[in-house]
Amino acid sequence: MADARDLDLLAQVSSGLPLCSRPYAQIGAKLGMDEAEVIDRLAALKAQGLIKRLGVVVKHRPLGYRANAMIVWNAPDDVIKHLGEHISRFSFVTLCYQRPKQPEWPYNLYCMIHGKDRATVLAQLEQLDDACGLAAFERQILFSRRCFKQRGAVYQTQKMAVSVDE
Amino acid sequence: MDDIDRHIINTLQTGFPICDAPYRQVAEALNISESELLARLKNLLADGTLTRFGPLYNAEQIGGALTLAAVKAPLERFDEIAGIINAFPEVAHNYARSHALNIWFVLATETPEQQQRTISAIEQQTGLTVYNMPKLKEYFVNLNLKA
Repeated sequence: MADARDLDLLAQVSSGLPLCSRPYAQIGAKLGMDEAEVIDRLAALKAQGLIKRLGVVVKHRPLGYRANAMIVWNAPDDVIKHLGEHISRFSFVTLCYQRPKQPEWPYNLYCMIHGKDRATVLAQLEQLDDACGLAAFERQILFSRRCFKQRGAVYQTQKMAVSVDE
Repeated sequence: MDDIDRHIINTLQTGFPICDAPYRQVAEALNISESELLARLKNLLADGTLTRFGPLYNAEQIGGALTLAAVKAPLERFDEIAGIINAFPEVAHNYARSHALNIWFVLATETPEQQQRTISAIEQQTGLTVYNMPKLKEYFVNLNLKA
């Protein structure tokens, strides 16, 4: 579990790593930790899974990823896990989740494909259908039409910005 | 953005070293100097290609709650509803999508209780039912958008 010093460290790096030769030393200087402690704690937080990933967070649109499709299926309970694990292995799949069905919304398996254009995304979806045997299940394809907001979560009490990838 | 920038983005999406001189290590792998890597990262952040350079946390593990939610906004009220939802600081992402459920948003709150309160407030202000679809299971993917 993360302790109080870990939380201070997470809050300090949440807005981004400093762009300098010894970024972990600079972070540590603000917290009264030496470079080695920062490195050890970050490595441990990553190993625990609390830090899912360290690296760049890209914006889809400037890179030319303009077609963003959320595909949802009504998958039977006994195969949903197998399907989710299979779908998530494809490199063009950016997210894959199981979510609860809703009244008038019988879908429980969600996947996102970010592609340069719709034709590419639809071709990739066909590839998924074939490989995973998805054609048998009821589905919907929801392309995004406009992005109103794409930013991290801001947690006031912890002074932490959390990047959200749902 | 040129080929070196693309190479930097593709490399750094897969991870960043936790060691004394991480930029130097990455720069060596990319066959450029550390100062060039730092200068290019500054530019990519300044022009908005990159939103951030740092960690992606597991929100649940630090006590936060995330969910995906959607509403069916009548077309004549679409902009009004989108505006109401966007104004909530708890809304991290918000997209218009092609379906009767036409506004989809991610709620990121510090607690599950705050998530419920936010959903109730959105329902009250919009007069619409919020479909709440928290994740039950996440299937791991290697997020990597090739630049």
